[in-house]
Amino acid sequence: MIEFKNVKFSYNTKDRAVKDVSFSVADHEWLSIIGHNGSGKSTIAKLLVGLIEPQAGEILYDGVKLEEKTINDIRHKVGIVFQNPDNQFVGYNVLYDIAFGLENKQVPRSEMLELIHKYTKLVDMEEYLSREPETLSGGQKQRVAIAGILAMNCDIVILDEATSMLDPEGTEEIIALIEELHTKYNKTIITITHDLNLALKSDHILVMKEGHLIKEGKPEDIFEERDILLSSNLDMPFSLKAIYEVSKTELNNNKELMDALWEYRSKM
Amino acid sequence: MGISFKNVDHYYPGVKRKEYTIALENINLDINEKNEFIAIVGKTGSGKSTLMQHMNALMLPTKGTVQIFDDIITPKKNKNPKLKSVRKRVGFVFQFPEYQLFEETVLKDIMFAPLNFGFTKEEAEAKAKEVAKLLGIEKILNKSPFNLSGGQMRKAAIAGILSYDPDILLLDEPTRGLDPKGAKDIMELFYNIHKQTGKTIILITHDMDIVYQYATRVVVLNESYINYDGNKEDLFKTNLYNENHLVKPNVLQLIDYLNEKLGYSIDYNTYTLEDLIEKLKEVSNNG
Ligand SMILES: Nc1ncnc2c1ncn2[C@@H]1O[C@H](COP(=O)(O)OP(=O)(O)OP(=O)(O)O)[C@@H](O)[C@H]1O
Ligand SMILES: Nc1ncnc2c1ncn2[C@@H]1O[C@H](COP(=O)(O)OP(=O)(O)OP(=O)(O)O)[C@@H](O)[C@H]1O
Ligand SMILES: [Mg+2]
Ligand SMILES: [Mg+2]
Repeated sequence: MIEFKNVKFSYNTKDRAVKDVSFSVADHEWLSIIGHNGSGKSTIAKLLVGLIEPQAGEILYDGVKLEEKTINDIRHKVGIVFQNPDNQFVGYNVLYDIAFGLENKQVPRSEMLELIHKYTKLVDMEEYLSREPETLSGGQKQRVAIAGILAMNCDIVILDEATSMLDPEGTEEIIALIEELHTKYNKTIITITHDLNLALKSDHILVMKEGHLIKEGKPEDIFEERDILLSSNLDMPFSLKAIYEVSKTELNNNKELMDALWEYRSKM
Repeated sequence: MGISFKNVDHYYPGVKRKEYTIALENINLDINEKNEFIAIVGKTGSGKSTLMQHMNALMLPTKGTVQIFDDIITPKKNKNPKLKSVRKRVGFVFQFPEYQLFEETVLKDIMFAPLNFGFTKEEAEAKAKEVAKLLGIEKILNKSPFNLSGGQMRKAAIAGILSYDPDILLLDEPTRGLDPKGAKDIMELFYNIHKQTGKTIILITHDMDIVYQYATRVVVLNESYINYDGNKEDLFKTNLYNENHLVKPNVLQLIDYLNEKLGYSIDYNTYTLEDLIEKLKEVSNNG
């Protein structure tokens, strides 16, 4: 379990990026964080992995406070894909980049190659092992970053807009992969996203606005709260929006149509 | 003619000598100076960003020529024209705005291009403030562009080209990382600029809803060559979208479902949810 308790953070400026935010994430839960640009989502991600320290409040992993003497143990449990994949890469080519992460996790060398092949294949990047990360296309960088995190087999995986540059088919594949990690491998997942269809699939959602956590709950409840969504530059996912907009018209009396729309929604 | 590709190939050098990656192959493409709204789509690594960089002479072709207004870009380095006029007429927002921003403050960054192209300081500042307001980033004008959130950086980079009013806008995933309202507002902004001034706009996107709502022409890249160049309706009516690793826009997926489920025959000239609701009303009234 992760506990985020009364955390406050400001980058050396007057404005606080995160203002007294508290929430918790249960083991095996899939949490999504949504909210307008600059609302503090990535700052929360950086706090969670100890890249930056709260100025007030604390972050606990299974009751253990995240601080200097615990950070190494905790980092082994948590993998993060950053919003800009270039902030991720350390190796001079794709193979060494992923190997570097595995080495940090003390994976024996004899197992490394197999893991690297398995996960780069899963994201369709097996042919690029000798490439320098900076020469990859945007979507290729994201795929490699995801493969690297998956290979590390962390209990908790944080994905900060990790599918934003993928092609439509690739996005569907990676979302299916996240669902599998969650249901089959029991990972705890935190996705930060502007993709409302993705957020809809998670167990729990946090809505951020101007550094505040303004609402949390199950996707079906959050996406009912149209005013709250709009106040943080959000919207309903398409399938729900269709129901909402159609039901405002005389078509609301067309039972056959409304039933079909609800059925469509439930398939999403 | 605005931009014209003739038999263009682009190879990137490989890891080993004599190895290379073919990013573009035999590209022939004519883009009008005015009134085009083109979406370039395709799978990861299919060559979209490389193609777009050629439209602003950021690269030299390995083979073939690219004509940008009156300038012709060839593989030979020393034969190429000075590029200031190209840069002035064609504005480019990169896929990674991080690498486009470089000044001390966001305001200075947005003023950079207009100053470079001969605006006075007062004009440049007024223009920068005007576009910042349009994009809703007035509050961050005095911040360093490196201390912004992802979406704020994207908007700052977009402001940097709107500030000097180029004739053609090249936008590599302009809505990526923007919140849903920000994405919608910025597409409306581009659309209005296009409608009001007739400027040609070319964008790369993975968002098929955007393609279907706004584009008047779609260019599909598939492993370095152009596999489709035409209207958006035909792309999704046939199996072409599937062969090119695309998915249907949300509105078409819902139409397919309703047509199948309820026996409707709503056509694909339906671009938004609002359009769909109008058609549903017709069906309902006639049935
Ligand atoms: N390195 C930094 N220095 C100073 N301020 C920063 C820095 N990084 C972010 N900020 C500011 O902190 C606030 C929160 O930023 P954060 O990156 O957490 O937003 P976000 O919700 O992830 O936004 P986006 O959806 O655009 O990625 C913003 O106002 C931003 O300008
Ligand atoms: N500097 C480079 N050196 C070597 N290969 C490169 C370089 N830049 C791009 N490539 C390769 O060229 C191909 C096309 O890349 P490009 O960036 O144009 O793709 P893209 O269609 O924009 O992809 P994405 O949607 O992922 O951004 C890819 O296979 C990529 O790995
Ligand atoms: Mg962010
Ligand atoms: Mg690209």
